[in-house]
Amino acid sequence: MKNEKKAIVAAGLVIGVISALLVFFGNPVNMGFCIACFLRDTAGALGFHSAPVVQYIRPEIIGLVLGACIMAMVSGEFKARGGSAPVTRFILAVFAMIGCLMFLGCPFRMILRLAGGDGNAIFGFVGFALGIFAGVFFLKRGYTLKRSYKMPALEGQLFPVLQIVFLILLVAAPAFIHFSTEGPGSLHASVWIALAAGLIVGGLAQKTRLCMVGGIRDAVLFREWKLLMGFVAIFASALAMNLILGAVTGTPFFNPGFAGQPVAHTDGLWNALGMFLAGFGCVLLGGCPLRQLVLSGEGNTDSAVTVIGLMVGAAVAHNFGLASSGEGPTSNGKIAVIIGIVVVTVIAFMNSRKKSD
Amino acid sequence: MKQVDARGLSCPEPVIMTKNALASQEAAYEVLVDNVTAKENVTRFASHQGYQVQVEEQGEDFLLRITK
Repeated sequence: MKNEKKAIVAAGLVIGVISALLVFFGNPVNMGFCIACFLRDTAGALGFHSAPVVQYIRPEIIGLVLGACIMAMVSGEFKARGGSAPVTRFILAVFAMIGCLMFLGCPFRMILRLAGGDGNAIFGFVGFALGIFAGVFFLKRGYTLKRSYKMPALEGQLFPVLQIVFLILLVAAPAFIHFSTEGPGSLHASVWIALAAGLIVGGLAQKTRLCMVGGIRDAVLFREWKLLMGFVAIFASALAMNLILGAVTGTPFFNPGFAGQPVAHTDGLWNALGMFLAGFGCVLLGGCPLRQLVLSGEGNTDSAVTVIGLMVGAAVAHNFGLASSGEGPTSNGKIAVIIGIVVVTVIAFMNSRKKSD
Repeated sequence: MKQVDARGLSCPEPVIMTKNALASQEAAYEVLVDNVTAKENVTRFASHQGYQVQVEEQGEDFLLRITK
């Protein structure tokens, strides 16, 4: 196995272990990491939505951006760039988030849900893969959001700096920041453990280019398996760690089944359609929500706009009653996912050109 | 010699452009990219297709010379 493949498998194994440990240290079950959920919680903490059970400034997000930022600065890869269709990216991100919140998780959490025995995530995975195929179809037809340009250094630094502001708000906890007292938002590992976990995973993901969407995409497009190996490694190590933690603590961390899974619902069709929208949207965005956080830490302001779009999407999803709950999807959510699939398809079509070069 | 300017584009686009270019079956190609990920991905793809790749740094860009 080549060095970079070894590296991404090793990183995936470490990330799987950290993800399982975060649940042990207090995160919601099967939610060691969930970029969609954590951005949603942070948006709620800032008062962008008022769902009382999902409000908390997640230090993992702060750590992921800063970990990637530090790693990129050390290796000289930090470059401020942007200007590649930011409004289109913003819209795509809003709908990708609506898809994630239909399913109740980003692609990263989908892997962790599978590793925790949540069978509903199998439907999510099928939809996710189909969404990626849809995106690849347009990539092959020449889909592009056109090139980005060099930006002033400060432009690239602002988003990482914003994370430090979030950390200060989290620690200082002023009255205008909302913190859930019950529900998933109230369940979290301690600030410094979560921050450290984010920093490590952010650094590893930057170094290895880990991306949940890129794995299947590159395998289909180029028969290139590197990124997919990272995806599989996370699954394998989170699964193994869940079994070990279950044996050591006496509380099962691996609970195979469909009904009663934590922060999940059993509507297979809408689990699949939600992740179809997320997978499709993320291919058009060039990477999964985790990858967008990492890129935003590298100075990519298009990705920073994407992350802001994800946060706004989360706020919209809760303000308009689109997000699913343990009871299942909402009718508003179903309509929004259908609209999302239509909008994303139109964006894909309008930005595709016939192969001329 | 075929030239591909993939500056400003992020993966997978530079790799798709390279793949399309390689289909023209010329003896040599030059691909210009401006980020390390694209450099790595194009290099990996071309090597897997049986090409030799030489990387030359040009300021903030990378010129990849691809030959059979």
